[in-house]
Amino acid sequence: MSHVTLDFRLNGTGRTELIAGGETLLSLLRHRLDTTSIKQGCRQGTCGSCTVIVDGEPRLACITLAATCDGCTIETAESLPGPGGLHPLQQAFMDHFAAQCGFCTTGMLMAAKALLAANPSPTREDVVDAISGNICRCTGYQPIIEAVLAAAGAGPSGAGQPGGSRPGVV
Amino acid sequence: MARRRGRGIASVNYPIGMNLGGDPSQALVHSNPGGKFTVALSSIDLGQGMKSVVRQICAEALGVPVEDVFVDTADSDTGPHCMGSFASRGTHRVGNAVIAAAEEARGVLLEAAAEKLEVDAADLVTDGRGNIHVRGAPSRLITVADASAAAQFEQGRTVSGRGIFLVPMSTPDPETGAMDPVTCYAHACTVAEVEVDDETGEVEVISIEAAYEVGRAMNPRLVEQQLVGGGWMGMSHALWETTEPYYPDRSHGPTDFNQYLMPGPGDICEQRFTILERPAPDGPYGGKGVGEMCSTPPIPAIANAIFDAVGVRIDEMPFTPEKILRALKEQGGAR
Repeated sequence: MSHVTLDFRLNGTGRTELIAGGETLLSLLRHRLDTTSIKQGCRQGTCGSCTVIVDGEPRLACITLAATCDGCTIETAESLPGPGGLHPLQQAFMDHFAAQCGFCTTGMLMAAKALLAANPSPTREDVVDAISGNICRCTGYQPIIEAVLAAAGAGPSGAGQPGGSRPGVV
Repeated sequence: MARRRGRGIASVNYPIGMNLGGDPSQALVHSNPGGKFTVALSSIDLGQGMKSVVRQICAEALGVPVEDVFVDTADSDTGPHCMGSFASRGTHRVGNAVIAAAEEARGVLLEAAAEKLEVDAADLVTDGRGNIHVRGAPSRLITVADASAAAQFEQGRTVSGRGIFLVPMSTPDPETGAMDPVTCYAHACTVAEVEVDDETGEVEVISIEAAYEVGRAMNPRLVEQQLVGGGWMGMSHALWETTEPYYPDRSHGPTDFNQYLMPGPGDICEQRFTILERPAPDGPYGGKGVGEMCSTPPIPAIANAIFDAVGVRIDEMPFTPEKILRALKEQGGAR
C-alpha cells in the first residue's frame, strides 16, 4: 500500500504525518496520535462514537480516509476545555447527567459542538437531528438533548423532559 | 383505518439481587497516612453511579467528609470479591458491605483518637467535617488526619475494616413448602400511553408515567438518571430490540447497528416520575436498588396499552408491526 504525507491541523496544532493510503482517520488519530477521546465503536459508521469535526463538519472518523483530510482542520473532544475550564457543552452534560458509561459522550459532544457552531439557537428538533447518528445505550437521550439545549441557552436549565419536570421525592 | 390511542398499566415487585441466599459482595476500607480513605471493591460502576453512592455511604458510616473518600472499583485482582453489577443489587449489597467495612475502620480510628486524647473511645463522636471530639465537649478534639497518622506512625494500628454482605440461605419448610427467597423488594407502577396505527401496525409511545418506591433515594439525581434511561430501555425492549425476530428460527437476526433496532433520540417519549421513599430495614441507610428494575414495567404497560388501543394481546417481545398486523387480521380488525 502506498504511503502519502498528510498535512493537517489537529486541535490547533499543525501536524505532518506519513499515512498509508487506506488508513482511516480513526486509526490515525486514536491509535497512532493517541487522541483517545475518539472511541472505536462499530467501525462501520453506524454508532457515531468516533465523531470528530473536520473543517466545521461532523464526520465519522471510522469511515473517513485520513488521506481525504489533507489541509483540513480537525477537532476532537480533547480541544473542548478552555483556559477557563470545561467547555459549556461539557459543563451542561455534567449538570444534566447526560453521561453514564461515557462511551458515546465524546462523539455526542462533537456532534453537538458542530451543531451549535452552525446554529447557535437550535430547536429541540434540530438537536435531535444533530445527534441522530450517535447511539447512546444508557441515558435514553433525553438528558443529552436537554444538555445541548441548555448549552445553547435555548433550554430551561434543570428542566426534566420534553414538557416534564424533576421527579418529586415523596 | 386510524391511529388508535390506548393506555396500559403495569406494576412490579422487584426482588433486589439474586435470591435464595448467597449473592455476596465484599468491601475493604482503609485510611492512608494523610487521613483520607480508600474503598477497595471489585464491583463495577458501568455508568449507573455506584462509585458516587458508595462514596456517600462510606463517608456517612465513617463520619468523614465525602471528599475524603476515594472508591477504587472493578479490579478483581486488587479488590475483594463481588458477584457483579446486575439485578439492581449494587446499592443494596455493596452498600451494606461498605457500611460493615467502614464501621470496623471507624472503630480503629476512634481507638487511635481515644489514646491521643486520653479518653474512652466510646465517648468520642465525629463531626462529619474531619474532626473527632469528646461527646458534649467539641473543643476536646483531634482531626481525623492526626488520629490516622498517630495510628499508623505511633501506635502500630492499621485504620482499616473488612465488610461482607451475604443473604442467608432460605430453605423450604418441609411441611408447607413456604420459604423466604428474597429479603428486599423495590416497587413501581407504570402507566404507558400509546398510539397504534391499525393500518401499519406501528406503535408510538406517547408518554410513560411511573411511581418508583426505591427505599431511600441515596442520590436523587442518580435515581432520576436511572429512571429516564431505564424507561427508554423498557420501551426499546417492548417495541424494538431482538436478536432473533423469528425465534426459535434464527433467520433475519440483526448483524449490526443498522439492523439491531433501538429507539433513537427522535423516538423517545415524554417520561414523568415520582420517587417514593420507604427505607428498607436491611438496606444501607434504607436504600434498595433502581437499576435493572426500571427497564421492566414499561414492557407490560405498553403491551396493555396496545390491547386497550386495538384489542389484541401481543405476548412476545418485541411488539413489532408485523405481530400486531397478524393479530389484527386474525381478530378481524381493531376493536
